[in-house]
Amino acid sequence: MNRYLLPLFGFLVLAGFLAFGLKLDPHEVPSPLIDKPAPAFSAAKLSQPDQRVTLGDLKGKAWVLNVWASWCAPCRDEHPLWVAYAKNSPVPIYGLNYKDKNEAGAAWLRQLGNPYAESLTDPDGRIGIDYGVYGVPETFVIDSQGVVRLKHTGPITPAVLRDEIDPLLKRLSQHG
Amino acid sequence: MVERLITTALAVLLLALSPLHPAAAKEAEAVAADPVLEARVMQLATELRCLVCQNQTIADSHADLAVDLRKQIREQLAQGRSEDQIRDYMTARYGDFVLYKPPFKPTTALLWVGPPLLLAGALIGLFLMLRARQRASPDAFEPDAPDTPEELADGSPARTPR
Amino acid sequence: MIPEIGHLCLFLALAVALAQGVLPLVGAQRGQASWMVLARPLAHWQGLFVAIAFVLLSASFVRNDFSVLYVASNSNSALPLPYRMAAVWGGHEGSLLLWVLMLNLWSVAVARFSARLPLPFAARILAVMGLVSVGFLLFMLLTSNPFDRLIPAAADGRDLNPLLQDPGMVIHPPMLYMGYVGFSVAFAFAIAALLGGNLDAAWARWTRPWTTAAWVFLTFGIGLGSWWAYNELGWGGWWFWDPVENASFMPWLAGTALIHSLAVSEKRGGFKVWTVWLAIVAFSLSLLGTFLVRSGVLSSVHAFATDPRRGLFILGFLVVVIGSSLALFAWRAPKVGLGQRFGLLSRESLLLANNMMLAAACGAVLLGTLYPLFIDALGMGKISVGPPYFDAVFALLMAPLVFVMGIGPLTRWKQDEAAPLVKRLAPALVIALVAALGVGAWAGRITLLTTGGLLMAFWIVASLAVDLKDKLLPAGSSFRQVGHRAGQIPLAMWGMLAAHLGVAAFAFGVAMVKTYETERDVKMGPGDSTEIAGYRFKMTGLREVPGPNYAAMQGTIEVSRGDRVIATLLPEKRIYRVQSNPMTEAAVDSNPLRDLYISMGESLPTGEWIVRVQYKPFIVWIWGGCLMMMAGGVLAMSDRRYRVKKAATAAARDREATA
Repeated sequence: MNRYLLPLFGFLVLAGFLAFGLKLDPHEVPSPLIDKPAPAFSAAKLSQPDQRVTLGDLKGKAWVLNVWASWCAPCRDEHPLWVAYAKNSPVPIYGLNYKDKNEAGAAWLRQLGNPYAESLTDPDGRIGIDYGVYGVPETFVIDSQGVVRLKHTGPITPAVLRDEIDPLLKRLSQHG
Repeated sequence: MVERLITTALAVLLLALSPLHPAAAKEAEAVAADPVLEARVMQLATELRCLVCQNQTIADSHADLAVDLRKQIREQLAQGRSEDQIRDYMTARYGDFVLYKPPFKPTTALLWVGPPLLLAGALIGLFLMLRARQRASPDAFEPDAPDTPEELADGSPARTPR
Repeated sequence: MIPEIGHLCLFLALAVALAQGVLPLVGAQRGQASWMVLARPLAHWQGLFVAIAFVLLSASFVRNDFSVLYVASNSNSALPLPYRMAAVWGGHEGSLLLWVLMLNLWSVAVARFSARLPLPFAARILAVMGLVSVGFLLFMLLTSNPFDRLIPAAADGRDLNPLLQDPGMVIHPPMLYMGYVGFSVAFAFAIAALLGGNLDAAWARWTRPWTTAAWVFLTFGIGLGSWWAYNELGWGGWWFWDPVENASFMPWLAGTALIHSLAVSEKRGGFKVWTVWLAIVAFSLSLLGTFLVRSGVLSSVHAFATDPRRGLFILGFLVVVIGSSLALFAWRAPKVGLGQRFGLLSRESLLLANNMMLAAACGAVLLGTLYPLFIDALGMGKISVGPPYFDAVFALLMAPLVFVMGIGPLTRWKQDEAAPLVKRLAPALVIALVAALGVGAWAGRITLLTTGGLLMAFWIVASLAVDLKDKLLPAGSSFRQVGHRAGQIPLAMWGMLAAHLGVAAFAFGVAMVKTYETERDVKMGPGDSTEIAGYRFKMTGLREVPGPNYAAMQGTIEVSRGDRVIATLLPEKRIYRVQSNPMTEAAVDSNPLRDLYISMGESLPTGEWIVRVQYKPFIVWIWGGCLMMMAGGVLAMSDRRYRVKKAATAAARDREATA
């Protein structure tokens, strides 16, 4: 074969990768926590700051962790979806009030609705860092054994809820 | 009497002007309580990526997350953890994406081995090309042209005739 | 009305470009002179239409016509006039128009200065450039029209990104594009030669000045970008190996290999295959850079707002242009001759080594830049490749190259002997090592990496000194003849000297800054002072300063050494009114020996500010080195033209004499 054809072949392979790359999002960071135990935490409740909740308290049943904040605009966009979903959710939804003030968070929930079984506070973002949170809102699905099964960064959409989160939650709540 | 008045006035004047005396201006305090620790924090921070930014280190970024992560690094270094342990801490939470210096793994082997291979390839390619030229018959080449005037002006030391 | 005329001009330009791309090419294939001669006038007409479109877009900015979507997105009525004009290339659509404008500037230049080229050759060159233009004009008209209207018109614009509101912004992109696009000329020359089947020394001689000119512009553009980032970003860095920076550096590396390869092709008829391939690669890398910046496949601070549809179009364009040129190369390259013989140790073989190593360096940068994409595409996760990787890899690849750089200029063409070379250069190596260690000792600290970097710099200088000495003062000559000998040295050689010294200066600056820079973060209020590197910095004032489209907090910092005040610096923290993101405007006191860099961080509740003070030794040598490289290129180009013109006038005189 004409060895001068090598550059052409090399280029076509490169172009193939670039074409594929157009479908990818360079900013999306996959979570290394998938299928690993959820990081332990101990957090105060938003509604009753003197009471605390730990990861161990939530074992035994699958649950959703939704990271939100009153200063976060996209959280506002996704919140109605959670409020609606919570009415028929197979599992409890816990909120993590990330780097926020209790009064602001409580007021936000009063104004927009509260889909959460409970909201936990993370005023300095430590729990967020442990969970690899880098932008609110983010949503985690954790199974009854305390293993992280899904992470979604950014606001959820009806499609994501319908095609990814809901089927997973139904599966987990059946098999535990 | 007048002398005393003048001396008092001068004393009052001096006292009033003393805040402007250079000795009263203070040495600016370092932001970091411990500059040596801070230097280590920043050095590590220049290797870690800010995830909410468009390609910046957490040393340079002003984003909240970057500030939080720098704080984490500071605390952990102060507690005596090593740079490697902190890097592991970060990758356990954010994945390899957070490291600007990719770890050496099977998936990144080509990345790290690539440049030395390219250099070796360049040198081997050079060797092969030169050898092929040495072995080619004289008709494959254009006839030797005499030195052009500019080559002679190049001032290369005069050739010894063969 | 004006934007619509501009839009129409783009359509007209496209039609002309299509004609320019097809007719002369077919004419050259068929030997039809009537079609070939169309190339030059068509190039001029296309240039005219594109220029009008550009002027009209600029007019929309100057007039604050916010009914044009692009103007509303990138400008503001409070934006000062120079920045309103620079805003024309502040976004994706306008920068594309700048690209096409530059392409037309080069095309018209080629059309005007190509009288001495054979007609089929000139026709093919202009046709290829026309085809490239077709691609970009189509791209603009189909996906990125700068003249789109915004209905209803915005009351005011979203303002130009504050980071771009700096004098550097006004010249950096145009210079960079002149470089990128300039390689299209070498590309067109290469394609024309492959199509025509004649790759001789004359071809190399014609291509050389155009390529060197493009290279000079690109060097300027990259150096300016680095200098601007240093002054504008507020943290004192000057190169980050960001994908877009790499996208401009790769064509530069290929272009450097190309100009060296052309030297051999011109003098010895050698390396023709290499030269043609490098010409294709350099321009392909320019196009690849365009793709990377605008498609969203890589994350970068420089990236334009992205849209996969646009990315797909550019990728398609890339495949057509690069694919067809590489296919043409594969077809014709086997028939190209080997040129003249040269020995194992000769200037040719060392230039070949130079080419291979520059290609390897370019390949390494490409690998590092695209690797995250490869891994992601293969589903193997996401990684980041940044400065720690590139710094190490690049230094590794540069070391052998710099070594060869010292030997090459002293080696004779065709064949040389090792022993005399070693004898001449060994002292140079020793002096370089001593100097490197000496500088390290003087600066207070010797490290392996620093010594390596300084050794590279001093090796280049020492070997050039040996070369110069042998030329000006060969054995047995007297000092009186130095002037005469200096006059005999061709300009091209002075150019090489300047350019290589520029590389040495660059390496010296990098080594010194990276090793010996220091910084300090302090809390400062009026009256406070701090000290680094023997300089005292005292904040004597802090006040609010309004700007045309921003509000700023400005510190007055008095810098003194010993008891003498040497400078008063005014760093600022600006909040731009429209985009409301804070911008750090650093203040720098610069001299050849060191920069003192001050930037304001955040304000504290006490009213004090966090101020970062940095001492950066010899950093201007980095950009000084770039300027020297440019000067070298300009000198090399002047050599060429002067002789050709002289030959032309001499020939004209001869004709008159014999008439």
